[in-house]
Amino acid sequence: MTFRKYLVLAGVTVFSAAGDSMLSYGMKQTGNISLHHLGSVIVAVFNPWIAVGIVLLLAFFASYVNALSWADLTYVLPATSLGYVLLALIARFALHEHVSLLRWLGIVLISGGVSFVAGGPALTSHKHQEKSYTPESEATRVTGIAGSGDSYQGMPSGVPYPIAESAPLGADSSTDE
Amino acid sequence: MKHLYTWTAILLVTMASVVGDTLLSRAMKQVGDVHHLWRKVGVWAIVARVLANRNFILGIFAMAVAFFSLLFALSWGDVSLVSPAASSLTFIGTAFAAKIFLHEKVDRRRWIAALLVAAGVALLAG
Repeated sequence: MTFRKYLVLAGVTVFSAAGDSMLSYGMKQTGNISLHHLGSVIVAVFNPWIAVGIVLLLAFFASYVNALSWADLTYVLPATSLGYVLLALIARFALHEHVSLLRWLGIVLISGGVSFVAGGPALTSHKHQEKSYTPESEATRVTGIAGSGDSYQGMPSGVPYPIAESAPLGADSSTDE
Repeated sequence: MKHLYTWTAILLVTMASVVGDTLLSRAMKQVGDVHHLWRKVGVWAIVARVLANRNFILGIFAMAVAFFSLLFALSWGDVSLVSPAASSLTFIGTAFAAKIFLHEKVDRRRWIAALLVAAGVALLAG
């Protein structure tokens, strides 16, 4: 797990919480949607709260799909539930609302469940196991290069000699498919 | 009649989200690690690869069904029942689907987590 991957999981949590709350706030303004008045769905989409909520949920979706590309579904899904915890904590400490004992219990249960999952491996499905190792080995190779004092990042135009040392970086492309 | 509508909608939302999550997860495992691909082929190649995946399109469709049935259910039914029930059941259903269809190792640790999260969401989402 790299820092960037933790950032993606944080995005899953924050965007789902923010998007859901905007959407529910907007739906309270537009009122009921019934099968007989499907046009009200279109009216609802133009409500600013619902529109922003939809944009945030798209951001949630992007980070969610990103996380699913390198982690199990049963690993990523608990991260979405942390959004509820976030909302309850915001309600308590930012909005100074009363949070009932049952909701505190809910926070404890979700946090416990998430920490259970987070303690284990991110990817367990057999078929794609080798994929999870490829970026790791590449990462250690990159840090190995950085550790050797070679902080060289790109190839400026007009380099007089071919950079043979950078070849091993791209050499693992065959292991991906 | 209202209860029937509400519970039908809850079951529909739950099933659609479980199917959608499972399909999306399978699609993204077929696409491969996005962080790794990003450096290799660039972001647009990833987008093209994701959109060309049939499981992804089906997953999006299932997610859309879940989203709109949730909207309907929220306007018909008791909000304090619909959203906690649907999201809580989704966590349990997804653990089963991930084990059966995605061959994830859902060990005791993850079963406990799914149950704890489902119970916690049921308490919080209302």
